[in-house]
Amino acid sequence: MTTLTDRPLVRARNLRKSFGSVEVLRGIDLEVETGQVCCIIGPSGSGKSTLLRCINHLEKLDSGQIHVDGELIGYRRVGNKLHELSERDVARQRAGIGMVFQQFNLFPHMTVLANVMEAPHRVRKEPLEQARSRALRMLGRVGLLDKATAYPAQLSGGQQQRVAIARALAMQPRLMLFDEPTSALDPELVGEVLETMRALAGDGMTMIVVTHEIGFAKEVGDLLVFVDEGVIVERGVPDEVLANPTSERTRAFLSKVL
Amino acid sequence: MSTTSLPIADDEQLAIVRRRSLPRVFGMLVMLVLAAMLVHTLITNGRFEWGVVAQYLTVDAVVAGALLTLELTAIAMVLGVMLGIVLAVMRVSRSRLLASTSWGFVWFFRGTPLLIQLIFWFNLSALYPALSLGIPFGPGFISGSSNAFITPFAAAVLGLSLNEAAYMAEIVRGGLLGVDRGQTEAAQALGMRRLHILHRIVLPQAMRIIVPPMANQTLSMLKNTSLVSVLGAADLLHSAQIIYSRTYQTVPLLIVAALWYLAMTSVLSVGQYYVERYYRRGDRSVTPS
Repeated sequence: MTTLTDRPLVRARNLRKSFGSVEVLRGIDLEVETGQVCCIIGPSGSGKSTLLRCINHLEKLDSGQIHVDGELIGYRRVGNKLHELSERDVARQRAGIGMVFQQFNLFPHMTVLANVMEAPHRVRKEPLEQARSRALRMLGRVGLLDKATAYPAQLSGGQQQRVAIARALAMQPRLMLFDEPTSALDPELVGEVLETMRALAGDGMTMIVVTHEIGFAKEVGDLLVFVDEGVIVERGVPDEVLANPTSERTRAFLSKVL
Repeated sequence: MSTTSLPIADDEQLAIVRRRSLPRVFGMLVMLVLAAMLVHTLITNGRFEWGVVAQYLTVDAVVAGALLTLELTAIAMVLGVMLGIVLAVMRVSRSRLLASTSWGFVWFFRGTPLLIQLIFWFNLSALYPALSLGIPFGPGFISGSSNAFITPFAAAVLGLSLNEAAYMAEIVRGGLLGVDRGQTEAAQALGMRRLHILHRIVLPQAMRIIVPPMANQTLSMLKNTSLVSVLGAADLLHSAQIIYSRTYQTVPLLIVAALWYLAMTSVLSVGQYYVERYYRRGDRSVTPS
């Protein structure tokens, strides 16, 4: 094991994944340092969402490994084999990684407060009062303290996504994964979600963001990764990648989205 | 335009006369006549013997029968729903063996008449004279005569709940499939485990889909318990039968039983309204402030 200080928070090596006969990830390597914001862009079907979902083991890899904070995700090495972890251990790993979905996926039968409290209280076994006060703090952080008793269906899409961010933050994750967090939103609601994410990045949260918001990637991202057909075609500082793409595919993609 | 209309001045306020639909008026008249005939025959046909109905409506045997009917319904529904949930979860599991076991159970218990199943369980001792609890293919710890275990009540509970489980399994499965996959993923991403997700996230949402058919099943069950009269269990129908076999007042006692069934199903329907309202919380349509 390397020391705590010099290893990247996320370290993915040679990730491969197929759905049936379609190979979605074809050997991806990725490293994200603590406190970095890594934005992943690419055409739809390029494998960028699958890559993200492998990091918290929502998808199982066919080969390759992912380490988060030095811990191998989903498996345990015994001799020369990787043994699948128990459901309990996978759940424990996931609990330390926050995820925000395109479709928000708030629990519709629970109030906003209950959505945010559920996992801290019932997964982390925090006492009710402690879970509640943290949940309220998180709702304050995303600017929705006044919606604590509302149900998700009573909120706008942008508000729902901010609650989803608060719900993930309440687990005090070391890493936040965003899977196209603004793609399902009406255009006028995109800004408030990006603003929340920008503030989160400013607080030093390590974030991996699959997005189509090139402007956000340019302004907030430390690292920009362009994925196409299951491989990383280009990576680097966002300003440089966007200004001088080295590959023809990146250039073609950027000319369509910019 | 073929229709002509008188001119209307700008400042006139005219009342609107609704069109009468002739077929509808005719239909209403027919219904009124039929309803009048029904009331008339209920009052004037002395063979309904309403006095006898009133006399037996609350006798001890009938009330005890109604209570047994309720008891059987409650037990069979609770066991049936629990087993149905287990079967539904097995059916959607990734294990082929569990899924096909569940399928086989549903296939058998939905595919044979409930009456046959009830009589079969009651006659279990013909197949297995002794029952014992122990290690499979190994020694037994407790054993006893089947006849001592399979009372009419036990056979009724066994038959009704296994049959109910088969139907509930399909209803619950439909409910589980109706909950968006993203709900499970969001819960997994938060570190929740399978049973926690089922219990706190998926089932409560599936209940909105499950409750209306489940209420139907409960009403069916309440009435289907009358089949256990063939086992000699003293349910509502059997209690009425015992009385009329003695007094020959068949019709009034069947009316007594029917009135009790109707009263109990009515109360359950009211309960259904409140249960459905509970599971609709969070809907856009109901917005508690």
